[in-house]
Amino acid sequence: MPEAPLLAPPVVLAPKRTRRRLPLLAIFALSWLALMLATALLADVIAPYAYTALDLRARLAPPIGFGGDLRHLLGTDELGRDVLARLIYSIRTSLLIAFGATLIGAAIGTSLGLLAAHFRGLVEQAVLALVDFSASLPFLILALSVLAFFGNSLGLFVALLGLHAWERYARIARGLAIGANAQGYAAAVRQLGATPWRIYGQHILPNIASTLIVSMTLAFPEIILLESGLSFLGLGVQPPETSLGSMVGYGREYLTRAPWILLAPASVIVITTFCVSALGDWLRDRLDPTLN
Amino acid sequence: MSALLEARDLVRRYWMRRGAFGRATEVRALDGVSLTLERGRTLGLVGESGCGKSTTGRLVLGLETPDGGQVAFEGTPMPPPGSRAWRAQRARLQMVFQDPLGALDRRLTIGSQVAEPLLIHGRPAGAAEVAALLTEVGLREDHGQRYPHQLSGGQRQRAVLARALATSPDLLVCDEPISALDVSIQAQVMNLLMELQARRGMAMLFISHDLRAVRQVSDRVAVMYLGRIVEEGAPDDVLREPAHPYARALVSALPHPGRRGQRILLSGDPPNPADRPTGCAFHPRCADAVARCRLEAPALRPHADGRLVACHLAHAPAPQFVEMGAA
Repeated sequence: MPEAPLLAPPVVLAPKRTRRRLPLLAIFALSWLALMLATALLADVIAPYAYTALDLRARLAPPIGFGGDLRHLLGTDELGRDVLARLIYSIRTSLLIAFGATLIGAAIGTSLGLLAAHFRGLVEQAVLALVDFSASLPFLILALSVLAFFGNSLGLFVALLGLHAWERYARIARGLAIGANAQGYAAAVRQLGATPWRIYGQHILPNIASTLIVSMTLAFPEIILLESGLSFLGLGVQPPETSLGSMVGYGREYLTRAPWILLAPASVIVITTFCVSALGDWLRDRLDPTLN
Repeated sequence: MSALLEARDLVRRYWMRRGAFGRATEVRALDGVSLTLERGRTLGLVGESGCGKSTTGRLVLGLETPDGGQVAFEGTPMPPPGSRAWRAQRARLQMVFQDPLGALDRRLTIGSQVAEPLLIHGRPAGAAEVAALLTEVGLREDHGQRYPHQLSGGQRQRAVLARALATSPDLLVCDEPISALDVSIQAQVMNLLMELQARRGMAMLFISHDLRAVRQVSDRVAVMYLGRIVEEGAPDDVLREPAHPYARALVSALPHPGRRGQRILLSGDPPNPADRPTGCAFHPRCADAVARCRLEAPALRPHADGRLVACHLAHAPAPQFVEMGAA
């Protein structure tokens, strides 16, 4: 730059935070998840039929493009119920379960992990024992026994799935909080006279949030798949309610004759879990100020 | 005038386990350290790594409770760490850390971190206060909007200093404040510290293994070895004519143009606080040690020119002063 002045002007502004363009994958993931969310919220408005409505004269009708007609865009199942309508209601149920369970798990795990890191000693031993117990217990057996004793309801089911991965958050939160407390920013803020609420709420939690959020995006697909698995086994969402997993489960009998019953919810599961993972990957980079 | 802070016979023990099933052995990080900090004065604390300098700093600040002895701030004992009174007292006792990047929250701007102690202690924490603090430590106002990783090492240490000074503390403990910095930056930060002390009149405990830095800032110097103070006095006395053999070895290790072949090389193992020698802790490495050194630990007693020395031999040639010190 020959025309640049030899001396830089003395006033230096703080560097602007550069706004990078969203990567294509993140745009796709965000818009897919927005679409899923809109579907879940507007299920009653956009569903062409009720999810229990029978059309006995059009049983196992193929989707449009495979010999079907406009009345049933994604075909029908063995009772003539519209696959599109059931898919829309299934997305609502499954998203509610997956989001609810992920949040419950993250909240329980993080609070227990931070408690362990703060109090150490006996509290920490108790939390760690609980973590080991939870990690060594096959989750299906726990789910079976809880559902057998308490019956099945949506609220209980969400809470149960919330217990699925809490120990992971507890371990992460405890480890990171102990590290921060031992040396570094948390110790520095503590000796400034901050209350524990301030140390954990304003310093430690925001600092470990990116790790926890990434962990949540890893747990989210797992919970969708777990819900699918439990519903497939008949333990999860009970008919006539429907979820993505139970649709796959009941559709398997017609896999050869009417694969659309199973393929429609299966592809929604695959794309949604993929999008959440991609979004988590992108968020981790985005939440780190040193990478911006 | 009474001292600002007085520490008496501080003892700090840790328990260390060797191997998975080994017996826990006691490690005495501090073994009876007493020191006094006067208002507006600086005490320098030197010694090799592991001798208990930083532990002393943390105990003096009240961040940990001593296993023995007592710390009194303005004549009153320290409240237990974490209590409400302890938190309120933090406004008056502050610390500067060795690693400024680790001591700053990398997700918050410098300005909000400098404002934090003001918010915590319920003082006005507007942009004007933050700007004044930043200018005082030689940063520009616009540095307040930056993140720690966008500053250089020296600027970060200035930011840490601004945060420590926000509540106008009476005592500032500097734990190796310059050892993570470039040599060229070290001098700047040292000058800044002295300038700030002259302006604000706070007491300082300056912990370092850099004898030159300690000599530059300190009104008194204490040399530590294995959890004890072995010599304490005016920096010129201690660093020009050290009386304790360990202090002599330490001073002779300073690079010095024009001097040749006079470095004292210590033999023997570096000290291990888990396996403390009997008698004087320094005797296995001391060239002058006599039989008495192995049996009897020397007390810290006044020496000829008013400094305190813990060595049998340093006192031996001038017994009359021992008598005076004991009287």
